[in-house]
Amino acid sequence: MSMLTNKAEVIKRLQQDILHLQGFKSKNSEENLLGLGPVEAAFPNGIFATGAIHEFVSQGSEETAATFGFVSAILSKLMTDSRPCIWVCPSRSLFPLALKKFNIEPAKLIFIETATDAESLWVMEEALKCDGMAAVIGEIPRVSFSQSRRLQLAVEKSKVTGFLLRAVKTQNMLASIAKWHIAPVPSLSPDGIPGVGFSQWQVELLKVRNGKPGSWKVAWMPDGFKVMAMQGNELIQPEIGSGAAWPDKTAMPALQNPVILQGFPESTSQVG
Amino acid sequence: MTKRYISIWFRHLLTDWYLRKHPDAGDFPLVFSTQQRGRQLIHATSRTAENAGIYCGMAVADAKAIYPNLIITPYTPEQELHLLTALGQWCIRYSPVVAIDPPDGLLIDASGCAHLWGGEQTYLAEITLKLKAYGYDVRTAMADTIGTAWAVSRYDSDTMIIPGGHERKALRPLPPAALRLEDTLLTKLQQLGFHKIEDFIHLPLNALKRRFGPSFILRLKQALGAEREDLLPLGIPPVYEERLSSMEPIKTAKAITIALTNLLDVICLKLQQEGKGIRTATLICYRIDDQVVQITIGTNGASNNTPHLLKLFELKIPSLAPGPGIDLFILQASLVEDVLSEQEKIWSSTGSADNNITKLLDRIESKIGTGSIKRYQPVAHYWPELSIQPFTSPNDHQQVNAPRPEKLLPTPLPIEVTAPIPDYPPMLFRFLGQLHEIKKADGPERIEREWWLDDGEHRDYYVVEDAAGRRYWIFRLGHYAVNQAQWFIHGFFA
Repeated sequence: MSMLTNKAEVIKRLQQDILHLQGFKSKNSEENLLGLGPVEAAFPNGIFATGAIHEFVSQGSEETAATFGFVSAILSKLMTDSRPCIWVCPSRSLFPLALKKFNIEPAKLIFIETATDAESLWVMEEALKCDGMAAVIGEIPRVSFSQSRRLQLAVEKSKVTGFLLRAVKTQNMLASIAKWHIAPVPSLSPDGIPGVGFSQWQVELLKVRNGKPGSWKVAWMPDGFKVMAMQGNELIQPEIGSGAAWPDKTAMPALQNPVILQGFPESTSQVG
Repeated sequence: MTKRYISIWFRHLLTDWYLRKHPDAGDFPLVFSTQQRGRQLIHATSRTAENAGIYCGMAVADAKAIYPNLIITPYTPEQELHLLTALGQWCIRYSPVVAIDPPDGLLIDASGCAHLWGGEQTYLAEITLKLKAYGYDVRTAMADTIGTAWAVSRYDSDTMIIPGGHERKALRPLPPAALRLEDTLLTKLQQLGFHKIEDFIHLPLNALKRRFGPSFILRLKQALGAEREDLLPLGIPPVYEERLSSMEPIKTAKAITIALTNLLDVICLKLQQEGKGIRTATLICYRIDDQVVQITIGTNGASNNTPHLLKLFELKIPSLAPGPGIDLFILQASLVEDVLSEQEKIWSSTGSADNNITKLLDRIESKIGTGSIKRYQPVAHYWPELSIQPFTSPNDHQQVNAPRPEKLLPTPLPIEVTAPIPDYPPMLFRFLGQLHEIKKADGPERIEREWWLDDGEHRDYYVVEDAAGRRYWIFRLGHYAVNQAQWFIHGFFA
């Protein structure tokens, strides 16, 4: 009997070691790394895996922008100690001034524009091997499984976090530790303030190695992520402090009635 | 070490060059003509033309009267300069410091060079003979000062080499023009009866200065070596340069790498002692078929670390074509900068990490080309397309505190919009054939065009969210106008 418990302990320890090697952190404090609560709980040990390759798939410009937003939000938590970050892409489509709301200094992000996928992969691999890096993001349309293995092997040594951003239509199996899909959902407007509120996304964790995939609604507020708690099928909005005053709003004027419209010919000129 | 200078005088620079290019011109008199105040004047003459009595400044019509078969070539301005520069480049084989001496001469700093050719006699004879073989009618002279070499080359056809300390003696029989004086001074000297330098060289300098001014004294002193005179060399020789010649022609990448490592070791040791590092370096390979191939690397931070520099070069070695073989390697560090000493790095915790990143960026830059690495910072423009600039040095410009989209389209795309007038956000818009019903909106944020940069209408931006929760950045160009308002989509929010 004692043999068996020993065996179980050994297996448990070995599993922990494997997880550690794969980039998963052992949980040493109650606080999770990104403040993503239930999302992070889906990872083994309940902590977001750094030093691993995360894959993001998106379709269309809206989802791409949402993915940019979610990744930037994660970056803002990873880019501590003023470590820089490399963004590899064929041509830059992220607008650096958008990073302000994630408290990232635009100059900390180094864009590397490449001509071919092979170049992108070479740059990404070299950058992932460099241990002074906070994270490396690659917008690389075509990556083969073996190429993604190389990236994963590079990060296992350097403990740099890698993000692969890809379009849905080119996706294939990759050796990533997690696969995400981020879609925009109606923004979070605290206290019914008119206008567009805080960015909110449907964060789907399609695949996570040794973890539990799931789907959550996540908003980004000036003080960090807010994950909507799920109870049954009902969403419970967390309380939002009055200090969360961003974005500055000028209340949208109420429409007067009747209002003359211009635009599509088929639309009526009067709106009730 | 005493300085030795050579002055080369091309007596018929332009015409010799023309005859060299056109061997069929034969022995006919040749002149270069220029247009001056509506007249064709002769700018340069060949030796045969000179012998026929044609001189510079003569009217072309007069010259033709003397010699009807005259070949007349139009003169293009600064032609001499180009020619002299090319000849000067050629002369760098005799000395690293060669300067042009317009309009018709070259000056060579020959200090410490003559012994390589077995003495000053053979050295000077070699230069003269080579140039004469090319067809240039040259006169040369060598002396301790530029002034004396210049004077002797032009006004003393018998002597070529003035031994050190004999400047005064060499100048005595020459006319005052040998001192490179202005025409007005020469006329004055002529009027006073000073036909030779020996007529006035013994006079007290103070008296000469009173009468002829400081420039005259300067020229005299320069010729005698009492005043310093410097050359402006054509190609400034790089300070950090190492050569490695091989006994056998080298063809393989492996051998090139070994040669390069040797060169880098030497140059890096030198740089380390001086606390400097390479920013730009070039490896020049001379092939045995007289072709020259080269590769250049650049670094993001000064480096004198052989393995790192070798890594940068290794990425480029495949692009070297060794052809039949390389027998001489020259490594030039064309741009060096002070290296931050290791001592300083101890104080900054991210020192080694920064160093790693610099090395990474160097590798990326040399692999996929300069200009591929970009960083941005906000700049003092509101116009979205102009609001970022490549990062140069930290500026304290604060970006505008208004929302900006995660994905900005390089050029705004037109959309169809239904909007209440005059300034309400749209209610519906159609983009790429899809209808979006706007549920939430912010704005307008008016962004004026910067009239000093371009003209056109302002933009009224709205942040809008459709029923599905997708967020867009759209704007109306200009003021509202009936059935004419133009709407565009410019970005996507997260």
